[in-house]
Amino acid sequence: MDPTLIAPFVKSVQNVFATMLQLPVEVEEPKIKEGKSTTYDVSAIIGMSGDCVGSVVLSFEEESALRIVALFTGTEAAVDSPDFADAVGELVNMISGGAKAMFEGRKASISTPSVVLGSSHVVSSQKDLPTIVLPCVTDCGRFAIEIAIQDQVESADAESQSTATTA
Amino acid sequence: MKILLVDDSKTMRNIQKSVLSQLGYSEIEEACDGQDALSKVKAFGPDLLLVDWNMPNMDGLSFVKAYRQDDKVTPIIMVTTEAEKSRVIEAIKAGVNNYVVKPFTPDLLSQRIQETLEKCAAA
Repeated sequence: MDPTLIAPFVKSVQNVFATMLQLPVEVEEPKIKEGKSTTYDVSAIIGMSGDCVGSVVLSFEEESALRIVALFTGTEAAVDSPDFADAVGELVNMISGGAKAMFEGRKASISTPSVVLGSSHVVSSQKDLPTIVLPCVTDCGRFAIEIAIQDQVESADAESQSTATTA
Repeated sequence: MKILLVDDSKTMRNIQKSVLSQLGYSEIEEACDGQDALSKVKAFGPDLLLVDWNMPNMDGLSFVKAYRQDDKVTPIIMVTTEAEKSRVIEAIKAGVNNYVVKPFTPDLLSQRIQETLEKCAAA
């Protein structure tokens, strides 16, 4: 995956949390995801299409999610309530929307978000596409951004170069 | 002043409602997508619309284009995560009067609402 697609997510998550929650986010070193399950038990998922295709998952510890949602909405919501799903969905929407606007020379669209709850659930991504995990730390607890995106422009360039070399 | 909020996220509608309340506006109607908004505009008769872009059933841009067929005057502010310049231009061409990128501070939203209303009143 093109590493230049990762930095926009770092900037965007810090911007969204600072602006909407007044909550600083420390983003730790990115790593490649091992195993199939999401990092934590609450996932807000958004699809990306256009020049960059794949998915972005905002994966929260349940306790962190509850605190962050309370700070974001100003009210406490049960983890299985529609209001909770709406709030975490809106966070992944703003983070992904902000990130894609920073992709240089790439036009991408985002889907409407979905939210999945439960321990050890799996969000399937495209075969052979590595998932980059950005561990995030806040005063409300930990969460992670899992990014599995393929740069279609870069892939097409690589394919045309390979065809030219073999021709 | 009657204001229609069009956003599929109840969280965002609540945040916007809170900003509008602080500005002294209380006559607010909500719609969860473009189709819902189209079904409400005639009866409600808004003086200002705040419209999200990415929504299920009918997105904000399609709603603005449909709404502008009948009403070319009532101000519309797009409030969206779509931050690319090309998107802003697309929205303005469709008939949007002002644009707010999410995330936003309450101050920024207030400022955009006030400047939009002043500009439209002076036109």
